[in-house]
Amino acid sequence: MRRVRRSLTLASALLVASAALAACGGDDDDGGGGQSESGEQTGGEITVRGCNPENPLVPGNTAETCGGNVLDVTTAKLIKYATEDAAPQNDIAESIETEDNQNFTVTLKDDYMFSDGTQVTASSFVDAWNYNAYGPNGYQSSYFFAPIAGYADLQCTGDGEDPCAGQGSQPKAEEMSGLEVVDDLTFTIQTTEQVSNLPVRLGYTAFAPYPESFFEDPEAFGTMPVSAGPYMVEEFTQNEQIVVTKNPEYSGEFPGNLDRITFRVYNDASAAYADVVAGNLDVTDDIPVNVLQDDIWLSDLQDRGTEREQGVISTMGMDPTVDKRLDDPALRTAISMAIDRETITEQIFAGAAAPADGWVSPVVDGYVEGQCGDNCTYDPEAAKAMWEEAGGIQGGLTLTYNADSDHGPWTEAVCNSIRQALDVECNPRPVVDFATFLTQLGDKEIDGLFRQGWQMDYPSIENFLVPLYSKGASSNYYSFDNADFERLNREAAAAPSVEEANLLYQEAERLLAEDMRIIPLWFTTGQVGWSDRVSGVELNAFGVPDYAAISLN
Amino acid sequence: MFKFTVRRLLQMIPVIIGATFLIYWMVFSLPGDPTAGKCGDRPCPDAYVAQFEEEYNLNDPLLVQYGKYMAGVVQGDFGESYYGVPVSEELSERFVVTAKLGLMALGIEAVIGILAGVLAALKKGGFIDNVVLVSTLAVIALPLFVTASVLQLYLGIRWELFPVTVGSDTSFYALLLPAFVLASVSLAYLARLMRTNLSENLGSDYVRTARAKGLPQSRVVGVHTLRNSLIPVVTFLGYDLGALMGGTIVIEGIFNIPGVGNYIYRAINDRDGVVVVGAVTALILVYLFANLVVDLLYGLLDPRISHD
Repeated sequence: MRRVRRSLTLASALLVASAALAACGGDDDDGGGGQSESGEQTGGEITVRGCNPENPLVPGNTAETCGGNVLDVTTAKLIKYATEDAAPQNDIAESIETEDNQNFTVTLKDDYMFSDGTQVTASSFVDAWNYNAYGPNGYQSSYFFAPIAGYADLQCTGDGEDPCAGQGSQPKAEEMSGLEVVDDLTFTIQTTEQVSNLPVRLGYTAFAPYPESFFEDPEAFGTMPVSAGPYMVEEFTQNEQIVVTKNPEYSGEFPGNLDRITFRVYNDASAAYADVVAGNLDVTDDIPVNVLQDDIWLSDLQDRGTEREQGVISTMGMDPTVDKRLDDPALRTAISMAIDRETITEQIFAGAAAPADGWVSPVVDGYVEGQCGDNCTYDPEAAKAMWEEAGGIQGGLTLTYNADSDHGPWTEAVCNSIRQALDVECNPRPVVDFATFLTQLGDKEIDGLFRQGWQMDYPSIENFLVPLYSKGASSNYYSFDNADFERLNREAAAAPSVEEANLLYQEAERLLAEDMRIIPLWFTTGQVGWSDRVSGVELNAFGVPDYAAISLN
Repeated sequence: MFKFTVRRLLQMIPVIIGATFLIYWMVFSLPGDPTAGKCGDRPCPDAYVAQFEEEYNLNDPLLVQYGKYMAGVVQGDFGESYYGVPVSEELSERFVVTAKLGLMALGIEAVIGILAGVLAALKKGGFIDNVVLVSTLAVIALPLFVTASVLQLYLGIRWELFPVTVGSDTSFYALLLPAFVLASVSLAYLARLMRTNLSENLGSDYVRTARAKGLPQSRVVGVHTLRNSLIPVVTFLGYDLGALMGGTIVIEGIFNIPGVGNYIYRAINDRDGVVVVGAVTALILVYLFANLVVDLLYGLLDPRISHD
């Protein structure tokens, strides 16, 4: 920092009037050095890369990372996921108890306060959840509340493009019957079916409590949210920056180290990266692909970077009821074994993806290694042999993808790999956009292979299986219907402990390896790099830096 | 002159309506889901999409949408971006930054370009002429983002002479490096244009007459020839102001400048059509006005060109 100022003076003298100098000084204010004379390990300010939130900063209506990263440090939930292994720990919850996995009693700690000084009570949760779930509010995270009894009554009943339009299509109720406030610090949750991992789900941002002021003016709340987390929003300038400072009312167990964090908005990953290299920005979680190649970024930053797999999986699916040629599991397995995941993640993604060894991301509770086994290991000879023994197929394969995202290069590479190993024609087929792609999938119009991706909602093995592959699930585009799979999931949901439930889910996952109509490809990995001013930067299971744990050197 | 200006201003109206309609039509009939990405890596819930489409009139037929949009524009309301921020508000803030950057680039381009062109033309085939020839060739050959990244790496990160990115500090100094990069390509064209014109004019009859009258070299070049040679240069500069303001997308991205280019880039990525139409309309206006100013300047430079 100091060096920048000196050379800056020189350059200014040479080049421009002195007025420019004063103006330049302003930007460097965040450089701790001078002002934090206390010199403690805690405290201080940092600037991190941000992007402009897609929606107002309301926890129930934010599902993307730009707003999510900010809400991550400003909200407190019943549960907090540990950074290292995503294990759920009680945060606002004193306890969450159940005897039958269907009726839960939540007791809150009595000392949690919102940043406006009001107390976090049972109704802060119940009212917030009812609001989020209520159909006409059109909140993105509405579906998170679907397991709670009475959720269906809060949804609009009309059909067509806008279910809330038209007479008589308004929801029957405004409150879910499954939520009941017992007293200030206790409420009960009743679910429609048994859900053994409900407590694990409650750590997601959508389950954050709202203060009373939210219901008076949700719109004003969206620009200046009041929350119960370790930090609170101090300033929110669209497209420029979001500043969060320590919440003076916070009394919980997970306070942050720093006094102030500024999320500076960047539209371009390279600009943020250049600023981190030059020491003008402290943390960036968006490393440009061109420096990921050959680990250039780690040498640029002198090893001040780390990467981690995330709860995001890419798969390739097929529906044997649509494409009858692929009805034999041996053919499907051969296709999977023909894909050189190692080389493709290396060449196309430059390490921003890691080969998948199963259907469940390694960051979640319940993951076991190698569930896909040899079926996901590249072996062109064995694949060819298996393919020919099963008789191959007539004609060629297509791999359909939505062209509004960057799927072109890897679909090409996967098809090349299949073509070379199995000697069968394989061509990527773009569909104009994601919405059209999903409609065509829903209408069973896509034969051959198609891409799919899944980003987890909460770090549990269940989230990678049940919403995707159970019978009738909205994302089950594969016509996967397996009685054993359904039975195991049901048993797991009723299991007395999370450990026992996980064992059953793992068994269910292995059934996917026998069927192979869903072919795991890779897990997305996230990277974070930081300046030499800070330490303790780590990514959590969601790929978000744990900002609260960062400290100045 | 007055009549000419009024006539030109009136002509702008159909141009603006036609241009906005074409842009509107192209932007909004493009395939693509504007809610893509708003819900992370998955499709948005139906209720959310329905509310979104309702709010932004996306269910109406295109002509009705355009009518609603233009009705707002006439009253000075450019609509709201998909982030809920009024376009006119954000656009006016960003325009100040982009205009500053564009004018700085134009200034750098005019001063250095004309100077280099004159020096090269005075000693054709001399040392300076060759330096200008080679250096402009190099600049024209390099894509803008390469020049920008290289200068950012060396002048910003390695030697720490300039701020690496601009961010919210849009001071003259912070914008100097981006403005220079932005000016570089046009600067090269301008220098060559100036050189060719001036050297051509220097060989013409009226220059020989002026010399024969015994006028000093400074007056021959500075007053008689330069003024005549500037006409195509001014045309180029006028056209270039529009191009500079519209062409800042790359530069504003690399240097993280909160200007119009960055705004348009983000809007295109988000399929935020209202913003694209609003920002592009504003750029068209700048372009039209720059052209008007150029036409008026002709009259000043060469009295034979009359606007009456």
